[in-house]
Amino acid sequence: MTSTPRPSESGLPIEPVYGPDTLDGWDTAEKLGEPGSYPFTRGVYPSMYTGRPWTMRQYAGFGTASESNARYKQLIANGTMGLSVAFDLPTQMGHDSDAPIASGEVGKVGVAIDSIDDMRVLFGGIPLDKVSTSMTINAPAALLLLLYQLVGEEQGVPPDRLTGTIQNDVLKEYIARGTYIFPPKPSLRLIADIFKYCKAEIPKWNTISISGYHMAEAGASPAQEIAFTLADGIEYVRTAVAAGMDVDDFAPRLSFFFVARTTILEEVAKFRAARRIWARVMKEEFGASSPKSLMLRFHTQTAGVQLTAQQPEVNLVRVAVQGLAAVLGGTQSLHTNSFDEAIALPTDKSARLALRTQQVLAYETDVTATVDPFAGSYVVEKMTDDVEAASLELMGKVEEMGGAVNAIERGFQKNEIERSAYRIALETDSGERVVVGVNRFQLDEEEPYEPLRVDPAIEAQQAERLAKLRAERDQSAVDAALAELKKAAEGTDNVLYPMKDALKARATVGEVCNALREVWGAYVPTDAF
Amino acid sequence: MTTTAGPLRVLVAKPGLDGHDRGAKVIARALRDAGVEVIYTGLHQSPEQIVEAAIQEDAAGIGLSVLSGAHLTLFARVIELLARHEASDITLFGGGIIPEGDIPPLERLGVARIFTPGTPTHDVVDWVRTHVGAPSQAGACLEGPAGDRA
Repeated sequence: MTSTPRPSESGLPIEPVYGPDTLDGWDTAEKLGEPGSYPFTRGVYPSMYTGRPWTMRQYAGFGTASESNARYKQLIANGTMGLSVAFDLPTQMGHDSDAPIASGEVGKVGVAIDSIDDMRVLFGGIPLDKVSTSMTINAPAALLLLLYQLVGEEQGVPPDRLTGTIQNDVLKEYIARGTYIFPPKPSLRLIADIFKYCKAEIPKWNTISISGYHMAEAGASPAQEIAFTLADGIEYVRTAVAAGMDVDDFAPRLSFFFVARTTILEEVAKFRAARRIWARVMKEEFGASSPKSLMLRFHTQTAGVQLTAQQPEVNLVRVAVQGLAAVLGGTQSLHTNSFDEAIALPTDKSARLALRTQQVLAYETDVTATVDPFAGSYVVEKMTDDVEAASLELMGKVEEMGGAVNAIERGFQKNEIERSAYRIALETDSGERVVVGVNRFQLDEEEPYEPLRVDPAIEAQQAERLAKLRAERDQSAVDAALAELKKAAEGTDNVLYPMKDALKARATVGEVCNALREVWGAYVPTDAF
Repeated sequence: MTTTAGPLRVLVAKPGLDGHDRGAKVIARALRDAGVEVIYTGLHQSPEQIVEAAIQEDAAGIGLSVLSGAHLTLFARVIELLARHEASDITLFGGGIIPEGDIPPLERLGVARIFTPGTPTHDVVDWVRTHVGAPSQAGACLEGPAGDRA
């Protein structure tokens, strides 16, 4: 029987059979190297999971700071020392909880943080020198980092002992995720200020997590995901170099964030290709010499968009397959989604099952027993080369437009991704793309499922806290600090120092962001469809 | 309905702060490919802006996409504003990450139809063609992905 070869998610051919001739003329030293060595195709560390497994880092947070604090303490009691904080949308967009646009959104997709008062509650009783904290925060990343530092100071923890990550990847917000505040140019300047501030003050902090995850959720193919992400990475490196930094002074602190889909073979190829491309770019274009500058270290989250609201328990199986792809691809840390995320926020039980899935992969399977198990596989090596070539071609198009920011301003990446999303929707509609439980193997009637709900009273509680804060604080100190911040934003001084003073004086997240909006303006996309 | 000769006009909108516009864009494209005139608001629109745009654009229907959990607040506010502007003849429908249990209360508010994730695009198109601008209304919802929703 002959059938049309199934194209990969990136639209690349997959042959029914591969053999030795697939890799004719293929140079092992050039393509692979040793694990932990240039070009890092096989992974960034020589021993990978044979020494210890990846970091299991589950993204969590909702409601008020005190509710999230209780959840983190529970996680720590269970042995976790890696926290991953989810903020609500008003915090992510630099609005206070009592701003009109925040109505209905407070505490919904993460914790509401309006000021140092909330941040102190969020990390109350958690020694900040003992945990590493990842914060999914982008446009206001500087504020949340400084609030974290201020809470650390109150605990007596010196900043050089703080470890963690801020996502801080604004370019992908314009492409996919949508939580931008300022236009690209001041956003990049703010990021360069953060790099410099961290180099001087919080040296162990991972200053950015350059993310393809949200592009993939918006519809990007694997090749688009790594091409547009690495192109953003190149833009950040250029920005920092142009701001006078030495590449080896900040590149070791760059990290990445990708998705893992159910298509295991192409995903493994994608992760390997991404490492190889980044190592070459950093070495050849930027002349980085520290091996750490060449290493693409990444976090992975399983693909939420592949989860279905129909027969939601089937998502447990999808997540296991996706998680396996991330592990076979050599991820440094992993978040596995809960099976009910196509319906609502995870419950305690579904969040626990998601973590158990990782524990099965780490401790019951044998995929951690040897490094880069797919190395030398005809199909995976061929797909690694193919995904790499497709990504390099797309990165070339971005370069022709003058780099990531210029391409964003022309809507290039967003448009490419939306075309992929529409193609996937049409393929699913026609049944050409099978989604179990949705367009095949459906139930006549879905079983009822009761999701987690966030208490709507949180909005009023946060508004009360804000009213109290505004009544208690020294308003003239706040005004003076915000004026200093605006002065720095207008000029070239690092904005983080006056920003820290303002936050310490109990200026709110909304007030600090509004001060910067007054100087830098707000981003208005040219949004076509 | 707002009667104007010519093609059906529908406003597709993202209310609130949610930036996940994949579902909204897919539905906008599907409606456009089916010959519907689609106006897309872009991200981060307040209910006031959405209602104002729908009236100005003479839209027969508004499709809201919400994945952030703020749907009860945002749909209610749009309904209230439509009534205040005497524009309740504009059919309101929507979709996103909306739990089954929230659909009856939304329908009681006057939302004509909620489409949940996995709805084929042609189901939405067929429903819009049949019900938007028509005197009586029934329902479906904009599909939307989940994932890192914050």
